[in-house]
Amino acid sequence: MSTQSLYLIFFGGLLPLMYFGYILGRNKAITIRTKGIKMHSQPDQYGWFSALYTGLPVMTVGVVGVFSYLFGFDGIPPFMLIVTALSLGALSLFLISKKMNEHTRARNLVEEFIKGILMMAAFISILTTFGILISIITEAIHFFQRESFWGFIFGTTWDPDTAFLAGAGRGGEDVAEAKFGAIPIFAGTFYITAIAMLVAVPIGLLSAIYLSEYATTKTRDRVKPALEVLAGIPTVVYGFFAAITVAPLFVDLFEAFGIQASYRSALGAGVVMGIMIIPIIASLSDDVIKSVPNNIRNGSLALGMNKAETIKFVVLPSAMPGIIAAVLLGISRALGETMIVVMAAGLRPNLTWNPLEDMTTVTVKIVESLVGDQEFNSSLTLSAFALGLVLFVVTLVINIISITIIRKFHKKYKVSNL
Amino acid sequence: MSKKVDMKVDSNNFKGDMGDGEKKIKVSSKDLWLWYGEKEALQGVNLDIYEKKITAFIGPSGCGKSTYLRCLNRMNDLIDSVRIEGKVEIDGHDIYAPGVDEVAVRKRVGMVFQQPNPFPKSIYENVAYAPLMHDIVKKGSDCDELVENSLKGAGLWEEVKDMLKQPGTALSGGQQQRLCIARTIAVQPDVILMDEPTSALDPISTQIIERLMIELKERFTLIVVTHNMQQAARVADMTAFFHIGELVEYGETEQIFVNPQESRTEQYITGKFG
Amino acid sequence: MSKIDKNNGFYIPQLEKRRAKAKRFKYIAMSALIVSLAFLMFFLYDMFRQGIPAFKQTYVKIQVEITEENLENPYGFLDRDMISIVSRAWLRDLPNQAAANPEWLGTTQEFWALAGAESDQYMKGGENRLKDRVKDRIDELKESGDIRFQTNLIFFFTGDSKIPENAGFYSAIIGSILTMLVTMSLAVPIGIMTAIYLEEFAPDNKLTQFIEVNINNLAAIPSILFGLLGLAIFINFFGVPRSSALVGGMTLALMSLPIIIVSSKAALKSVPNTIRQAGFGLGLTRWQIVRDHVLPPAMPGMLTGSIIALAQAMGETAPLIIVGMIAFVPDAATNILSAATVMPAQIYTWSGMPEKAYIEKTAAGILVLLSVLITLNAVAIYLRKKYTKTW
Ligand SMILES: Nc1ncnc2c1ncn2[C@@H]1O[C@H](COP(=O)(O)OP(=O)(O)OP(=O)(O)O)[C@@H](O)[C@H]1O
Ligand SMILES: [Mg+2]
Repeated sequence: MSTQSLYLIFFGGLLPLMYFGYILGRNKAITIRTKGIKMHSQPDQYGWFSALYTGLPVMTVGVVGVFSYLFGFDGIPPFMLIVTALSLGALSLFLISKKMNEHTRARNLVEEFIKGILMMAAFISILTTFGILISIITEAIHFFQRESFWGFIFGTTWDPDTAFLAGAGRGGEDVAEAKFGAIPIFAGTFYITAIAMLVAVPIGLLSAIYLSEYATTKTRDRVKPALEVLAGIPTVVYGFFAAITVAPLFVDLFEAFGIQASYRSALGAGVVMGIMIIPIIASLSDDVIKSVPNNIRNGSLALGMNKAETIKFVVLPSAMPGIIAAVLLGISRALGETMIVVMAAGLRPNLTWNPLEDMTTVTVKIVESLVGDQEFNSSLTLSAFALGLVLFVVTLVINIISITIIRKFHKKYKVSNL
Repeated sequence: MSKKVDMKVDSNNFKGDMGDGEKKIKVSSKDLWLWYGEKEALQGVNLDIYEKKITAFIGPSGCGKSTYLRCLNRMNDLIDSVRIEGKVEIDGHDIYAPGVDEVAVRKRVGMVFQQPNPFPKSIYENVAYAPLMHDIVKKGSDCDELVENSLKGAGLWEEVKDMLKQPGTALSGGQQQRLCIARTIAVQPDVILMDEPTSALDPISTQIIERLMIELKERFTLIVVTHNMQQAARVADMTAFFHIGELVEYGETEQIFVNPQESRTEQYITGKFG
Repeated sequence: MSKIDKNNGFYIPQLEKRRAKAKRFKYIAMSALIVSLAFLMFFLYDMFRQGIPAFKQTYVKIQVEITEENLENPYGFLDRDMISIVSRAWLRDLPNQAAANPEWLGTTQEFWALAGAESDQYMKGGENRLKDRVKDRIDELKESGDIRFQTNLIFFFTGDSKIPENAGFYSAIIGSILTMLVTMSLAVPIGIMTAIYLEEFAPDNKLTQFIEVNINNLAAIPSILFGLLGLAIFINFFGVPRSSALVGGMTLALMSLPIIIVSSKAALKSVPNTIRQAGFGLGLTRWQIVRDHVLPPAMPGMLTGSIIALAQAMGETAPLIIVGMIAFVPDAATNILSAATVMPAQIYTWSGMPEKAYIEKTAAGILVLLSVLITLNAVAIYLRKKYTKTW
């Protein structure tokens, strides 16, 4: 039987059953009521109660069934399962219609049901985090069972090609051992991030200062949407821009000085990544600068300080926690940014200080090792998860710090700004 | 650029009837009008404020006391919608004359606000910041001395001398307000404006600051907005009563409180409105 | 402010230096803003410059004698110059066209045939690898009006192709639509329900706080990690087909969840508590109050948040690469289980091609994607403006 017809039978049974439950519950309530007995809830609520609790066992069996199939238990034929589910539903409908009386707290039960469903939704949301964590950690553990953990963290050579051969069944004694030393990859990631922040922090912060302290409302209203556009541009587009426009520009520029630059230089990728992060830093900093209370500014102005002095001495220090948080969020975005570096940075792990050489990053290596028809269980594929784990931990820590700082900042200005 | 003072006499023009010549006019506003956009907030205020006295502004909420006060050090310039007509003179110089830098005016006319607003810096930096910027002192022992003197002048030195490196925001409300006074006097202004300086404070701190004001008038001209009639009676030499953007009555505090000339003043003082 | 008058009673020489410094600071800040806007301008200009040419395509007029023999070998009947001008994709399709029009057989038909990518580039003045001989031929054709530009419909109505002039954005557009349908039909209900639970039902305890912190963190996790989750759990564990709109949509749904939850919570929070209290006063249950009195005014805010989440998911590439959505997909996906590609992924694959024609198409694809995203954001902003209610 095809999946589609199974679904058809399932919902074709469930919905009429629930509808039937609704009618039955409501009618029974109405009959009781016409006898003049005072009831706990409205007839409608009895209808809903009966419908929902008729559907509950059906759905439960259905969901459990689907999951057990996904986990590979397929002892019971699906058709049987559906029949069981529907008969359970009918049974519960029978029981409800029999047992239901004026004392049944239908309203509360319906409320509980809805609350339960909402809670399940919230549960799914946290499951995501754990899903990420578990999926990454288990695969990373697989990786570290094959390769040395310390070799990964402290090794300076990343040379997994032989692992690929081994994966293809061509490994042998004559093939050198694969090396998974991630230092050059981490170094490249931090280096490109640093370049990005060198571009984004000054420009973003100064833009925020201009917007929040100097610009007229009209300018603000015009510029802010433009920054939002900049922030809404997909990173793949920035990547294209970096690879097709900016990289050749840099190569030509440096060639004019007789310096040779790579088409996939860290500088090109970093600068474009910086452009991508400008609006993030600008709009977050703009928010915090705006929320610095005016009376602190006035205190400085009243001492005969001019605006710029006030900004530097009073406003920025007050906003500093928020600005730091904004920069941290920017850093975490840069570390996890993928498309720009995949398209514009190198593939070669390269431990160097020269920003004009190509370098690679954690995200590039993750993508590289997962595209193509690799066997899932090769060290190369699994290395992506080890790198992902590092990325997850680092960005998580940064995010937690930055969220905490922002919280404190807002609390401070809500409390002390009586 | 001295100006001939036009002594036109109308209900808004009070020179005070105090014939004694010891009083020197420090601040003087001439027919000062102010609008917030279309809204008229001051209607031709003429007022002379005397040097080294405490002048109190009283009046019902929204009558324009703060607005007028902010005119005296050009803080109203910061509000975009404000339009001002008329003159404010300090020692005979119009502070709104073209070519006058408002920053320079504010150096001469300090201000203490209703909410204590210390900077997010150390106590020392709070006081030293403006004098250093204004080149009143150079970094070093001169500066230390100025900070000490200013804090002493604000009656705060004994309490904070061991914690000058602590942030100013860590002090209590009353201490914060005295820190704000200290940083204001550190700039060595002629005039200090105070907009309800004690309304956010407890009675003890209020008492300390009132005593401080009386000490400070030896050196500065003080102008204080207050909602607290007793406070005005306790500390002020002169009192001005405002009502809906208009200066209704101005005179020696005793006269205003004991023998007001205007029925509106009397009604306000006796608590009939406000 | 006017120039400082040195003769007024307030003049302090020291102030002038400070004024100059302050001015400099202001100009530095302003130039930073101008630089960021200039980036945007340059970027948009660059995209238009590269992308606009892709919206027109060269067509050349040819006469074809429709014979069995010619249809058997459609690459044979043109002379050697023409064969490098006319697109091979067009020639390959000729037999199909002839089959659809049996009355053509034995006649000579005139066609405006699609030109090859190289000739197209030559017509547009770009780099190309045509021989001079062929270039001369094109110039001749131009003079006689037998070669011309037409609006490039292929771009919008064809899927990807290994022949550059025949490659289009259609399957990517369809793939994006399918993926977004999956994403939104999962993320919007779950996100809104979570927000309702957290804002209206959840007790304020440690667990709730933990969930909230969690959601905030989730919003800042690098998107590529969602791809790892999709690969490890959806594909490897649950066996959802790789490259399908389903797996892509599910992955992106998880990514969109925090955005939707946070904005929905804000929307619910903005409904004043007095409304809820009034409801309790009337003896309504919490759910009745939420359904009838809290949700309706919060709806526009939730919708706005969902649209913004949609726009973000639509531009996302990295996690989709991980779950295999960069496959070569010449024909648009017909259901959520078949292999699909999405707009940003198509942009990514094209951008790696060496031919100029693909680069041009990449930029054009970017223009399409950006217009969709900007429209979505504009709608969201419009909704926010229109329905922002001040209580
Ligand atoms: N920034 C402003 N924009 C527009 N109108 C203002 C502004 N500041 C004050 N006003 C208006 O000007 C009038 C005078 O205000 P002002 O603050 O001077 O009153 P006040 O006498 O100090 O009152 P209070 O005793 O409550 O402090 C009021 O009607 C007020 O609404
Ligand atoms: Mg006031």
